[in-house]
Amino acid sequence: MTFSITLTVNGTPHHLALDDLRVTLLDLLRDRLGLTGTKKGCDRGQCGACTVLVNGRRLNACLALAAQQDGAEITTIEGLAPEGRLHPLQAAFLEHDAFQCGYCTPGQIMSAAGLIAEGADGADIERIREGMSGNLCRCGAYRGIARAVAAAAQSENGETEA
Amino acid sequence: MKSFDYLRPETLEEALAALSDPDTAVLGGGTNLLDLMKLGVALPDRLVDLTRLPGLDRIETLPDGSWRIGAMVRNADLARDPGFAAAFPMVAEALLSGASAQLRNAATLGGNLMQATRCAWFQDPQARCNRRAPGSGCDALEGANRGHAVLGWTPACIAVHPSDFCVPLAALDAQVEVAGPAGIRHVPLETFHLLPGEEAHRVTALEPGEIVLALRLPAAAAAFAGHARYLKLRERTSFAFALLSAAAALRVEDGRIAEARLALGGVAARPWRCHAAEVLLESAPAAPDSFARAAAAALETAAPSGANGYKIVLAERILARALAAAAAGTPAEMPALPGSLMDDSDRETAHA
Ligand SMILES: Cc1cc2nc3c(=O)[nH]c(=O)nc-3n(C[C@H](O)[C@H](O)[C@H](O)COP(=O)(O)OP(=O)(O)OC[C@H]3O[C@@H](n4cnc5c(N)ncnc54)[C@H](O)[C@@H]3O)c2cc1C
Ligand code: SF4
Ligand code: FES
Ligand code: FES
Repeated sequence: MTFSITLTVNGTPHHLALDDLRVTLLDLLRDRLGLTGTKKGCDRGQCGACTVLVNGRRLNACLALAAQQDGAEITTIEGLAPEGRLHPLQAAFLEHDAFQCGYCTPGQIMSAAGLIAEGADGADIERIREGMSGNLCRCGAYRGIARAVAAAAQSENGETEA
Repeated sequence: MKSFDYLRPETLEEALAALSDPDTAVLGGGTNLLDLMKLGVALPDRLVDLTRLPGLDRIETLPDGSWRIGAMVRNADLARDPGFAAAFPMVAEALLSGASAQLRNAATLGGNLMQATRCAWFQDPQARCNRRAPGSGCDALEGANRGHAVLGWTPACIAVHPSDFCVPLAALDAQVEVAGPAGIRHVPLETFHLLPGEEAHRVTALEPGEIVLALRLPAAAAAFAGHARYLKLRERTSFAFALLSAAAALRVEDGRIAEARLALGGVAARPWRCHAAEVLLESAPAAPDSFARAAAAALETAAPSGANGYKIVLAERILARALAAAAAGTPAEMPALPGSLMDDSDRETAHA
């Protein structure tokens, strides 16, 4: 069975014929569209490395069929910032030492972008930790990650950093 | 993963027609089904994606004051719906304690109700499991079963239902609206998940070809909004299934309990409604003694199914604690945060 879908990925529309419906959004992004910034950690929804925004909401791309996303707008780490510039979250991750090996980082940043868009947690560190609990970091950079997200959330809201 | 066909019907009639074929599975968010398909535990020939069915994403109040929530409403959207969260704060609290933000954005109401047990042997196609392969046995009986059931189990299956959401729903007399070839029927959520009995492979009241269409909450359930809590005990601060949980809702009048609604999670193959304990609480003072007595009554028939006798004592404590928290009143800011070891503020934390 072949199934055709339309996806807008980082602003670019794609018309894709899926000859194998088993393909997940994650495998489609990485293997077919060459967007390898989105990582595969567990492939079971348990680590968050594959987090992308689908119509502005954060999702685990490993537990979503590509076919299910027909018509959606997807943002991956490659599309977060305008060409040649850093997104405030990317700058905050550098500033706050929020990674070591970097494998979880694209997922962390996309998840944080989703969290800030949800607008429910403000810059409260504990609520940010809870809101980011779907993203594991094997290097244990959690303290820096929470601080980076809080800083970016604050600058997003036009507040000054504490 | 086995290959499959994918259908995206636009009407309920089309969806039900597609489901009349055996080996067809409904696809909600896919966060449980795809996982089980990757593991080789679920082997459907066809998936029926319900996203295009009209109206299934709706949250509405009906003229009689009851609530109706469509099967495709995402867990996160329901928990963050201001009207719903105000009327049923412990349901919102339970939803937000489940899984992760990413998973809650994808997970649907129907999928949450229908999700499979997390029993490790159920997830392993090589293992003996009556639930997955009827008559094969149950490897959990001899395995690391510290997380398994202490109520309503039989040697056929000792698994627990993993949902947080379903626990307060059982307490609040929710009804599942089911659609099938014979039309619409309503099943109380409290008995929607079946206990194992002799056989373990039939796990819900859904008949072949039926789907969950919506969930109903009676108007009376909103009367508990001022004193309602969901407490979840887990092995890490966040993003873990409940080891045990309790939903407690009270109507308090002049320091006495007028009415109580209680259910436990993580103890049985269904969310466990505690009727006897509710009766004990009626007209009792809203005080620790009453809570302890009720909690003891709720676990009276409990028995370990393996190395999990500790769960009985712990469940009593969680229930008594949930009752005390409910009596103290629903917090203004919901959800209350789980107690994090890394929290260096001295604010009160809510979850165990
Ligand atoms: C890492 C991880 C952690 C998790 N932690 C928690 C947790 O702490 N607490 C918790 O409660 N849950 C937890 N979950 C489970 C999560 O809540 C479920 O995966 C989710 O609710 C399933 O919803 P879905 O829409 O994705 O279902 P799907 O995966 O699409 O479907 C699940 C099942 O329901 C059936 N189904 C779906 N919709 C319908 C319908 N309308 N009618 C009939 N059948 C239907 C499907 O056929 C399938 O059998 C976790 C999941 C993961 C992966
Ligand atoms: S407890 Fe139930 S689900 Fe787990 S192995 Fe035994 S029969 Fe299967
Ligand atoms: S790869 Fe998707 S959550 Fe781990
Ligand atoms: S930086 Fe290495 S896993 Fe997070």
